[in-house]
Amino acid sequence: MTDAITYREAMRAALHEALATDERVVILGEDVADYGGTYAVTKGLHEEFGRDRVRNTPLSESGFVGAAIGAALGGLRPIVEIMTVNFSLLALDQLVNTAATVLHMSGGQFNVPLVVRTTTGAGRQLAAQHSHSLEGWFAHVPGLKVIAPSTPQDARWMLPTALADPNPVIIFEHTALYNERAEVDPTSGPVDINRAAIRRPGDDVTLVAAAGMVPKALAAAEALQSAGVSVEVIDLRSLRPLDLGTLAASVGRTHRALVVDEGWRTGGLNAEVAAALTEACFWTLDAPIARLAGQEVPIPYAKHLEDAAIPQVDDIVAAIRTLVGSGDD
Amino acid sequence: MTGLDQEPDVYRDLLADMIRIRVFEERCAELYGESQIRGFLHLYIGEEAIAAGVMRCLEPRDAVLATYREHGHALLRGVSADSIMAEMFGKATGCSGGRGGSMHLFDAASRFFGGNAIVGGHLPLAVGLGLADQMLERTGAVTVCFFGEGAMAEGEFHEAMNLAALWNVPVLFCCENNRYAMGTSLRSSESQVDLALKAASYAIPAWTVDGMDVAEVHRATSRALATVRASGGPMFIEFQTYRFRAHSMFDPDLYRDPAEVELWKLRDPIVTFTERLLADGIVEQPDLDAMWDAAREEVEHAVQAAEDAPFAPLDTLLDNVTLEPPADDASGPEPVGSGGDSLDEDDVWP
Repeated sequence: MTDAITYREAMRAALHEALATDERVVILGEDVADYGGTYAVTKGLHEEFGRDRVRNTPLSESGFVGAAIGAALGGLRPIVEIMTVNFSLLALDQLVNTAATVLHMSGGQFNVPLVVRTTTGAGRQLAAQHSHSLEGWFAHVPGLKVIAPSTPQDARWMLPTALADPNPVIIFEHTALYNERAEVDPTSGPVDINRAAIRRPGDDVTLVAAAGMVPKALAAAEALQSAGVSVEVIDLRSLRPLDLGTLAASVGRTHRALVVDEGWRTGGLNAEVAAALTEACFWTLDAPIARLAGQEVPIPYAKHLEDAAIPQVDDIVAAIRTLVGSGDD
Repeated sequence: MTGLDQEPDVYRDLLADMIRIRVFEERCAELYGESQIRGFLHLYIGEEAIAAGVMRCLEPRDAVLATYREHGHALLRGVSADSIMAEMFGKATGCSGGRGGSMHLFDAASRFFGGNAIVGGHLPLAVGLGLADQMLERTGAVTVCFFGEGAMAEGEFHEAMNLAALWNVPVLFCCENNRYAMGTSLRSSESQVDLALKAASYAIPAWTVDGMDVAEVHRATSRALATVRASGGPMFIEFQTYRFRAHSMFDPDLYRDPAEVELWKLRDPIVTFTERLLADGIVEQPDLDAMWDAAREEVEHAVQAAEDAPFAPLDTLLDNVTLEPPADDASGPEPVGSGGDSLDEDDVWP
């Protein structure tokens, strides 16, 4: 594993490449320069590319996201870093009312080639204003693309595709993934950002996950293998658009599915996935599509409570045991 | 002595421009009454001197952002009356393909970036357009951003002022202070009613100008733009004005004293400027008749064209929600791999 790099290093390599290969690229965000980014993703980039292109902003989420939209309209290729998805709510007006609407509202005359990177998820004891999983809200909005790399390989190679996309693309980076280490293919080049990926093939049940839930899903699948349950793990990768083709094909083979989501259950992204799979696969299902989601509570600080608030490996294992124990085979 | 010191053609053009807007807006009000135009309709009647005075100072390379009260700005920026009217009729030939309506006029050819209806929301966009001009070295290009005084209560105004000054971007902020944010008066909504002072507090040069005097608007804007083009930094002008009509066609206008409205109508920018030009011999009655006739002809042509134009086919409903990436951009296989190893416990970052 000598070639293995962390998710953080992979993302930084992607940003470095973007700055080095396209002079229109500019990184904007709070503390992206000297501080190195809250999660150290942009560390050192300002030294090589200067403070104009790796540009610190004031604490003005709406202002600098709006400015990035304007800069995109004006011919730059901005990459905005918003510290957490919770802070992105301060820029929700710009993202939903402007970035997502301008193309349609202008009759196709103006598009917004903007990339927004932000963090999501719990697991670092950051409590109820830094830990939520609100990516499903953004996935609700036509006009946006929403992606969630779960591996260093995707952290490295989804960004160039997002940058080449003529639409606003929001990248959710789960904070628990930054130190995940894996080999990255340095030659693979930009990857498709619209497709789900089968991370582990299996026959008995389809397990759908995204972002920080993917490593947990894989661990659960591993645990279940020894118990004789073969789990197919699908990483959504793209939350909007959803790759229903890949999902439905898998469920068509396994006839059972569990959709796991770190976000809240009510109105959550997994409700959308479960409903879409029910519509697509109803007559082939051996059991109702099952959901496992975050508890309906603001994320608490204390470690044991935080752990209990979001799905863990054991919860996934238990949910799948229940699922395969039901039905008629 | 009326202080008109430029070539007569400048003033004739400014008057003709104001008349174009007035005739267009009066016709829109009629068409709204006939249900040809629906949605919200905000008329610019009374405020014409600002768009007229500013637009005559702009160059094709400049960018313009406006509010939902923007028919006049679009018209004078060069968006055709035909395509504006068709937009309000919801027709496929409209300048936004029938997707925007009165509040969302857009035109790429004239760099007209809307027609924005989240109050204050487009001010940060202006900063970004200015940043693009600066970083792409389009030296001398300016972004002009119109907004009402109501926007100055929004956080986005303050964030945009700070960013514009901090990054020294070439943006001219044009506040059209018509004294009422819908029905809320400036005095009842702002603790500090000296609006130029607010901008100046962000280290942005700022003035207050009589927005009912088109010659003054033109003079002040020319000087401000010359400085912005040369310095590359932002400026702010408050134009004091008044709308003669209600906020929108739904507004019964219960919050303004009719006597106040009548007092301001005495300062009608078209009537007063016409009198000045007549007194100075810059125009004569036949010139005026020709201006009004030309404006009416332009608008009637637009109405007829809009009536005759087709609606967009329903099968285009979902067009322009997202664009397809260029074919060679989405390449490579989808990756299938492991989720990686365990977390690094030595990590010092939160």
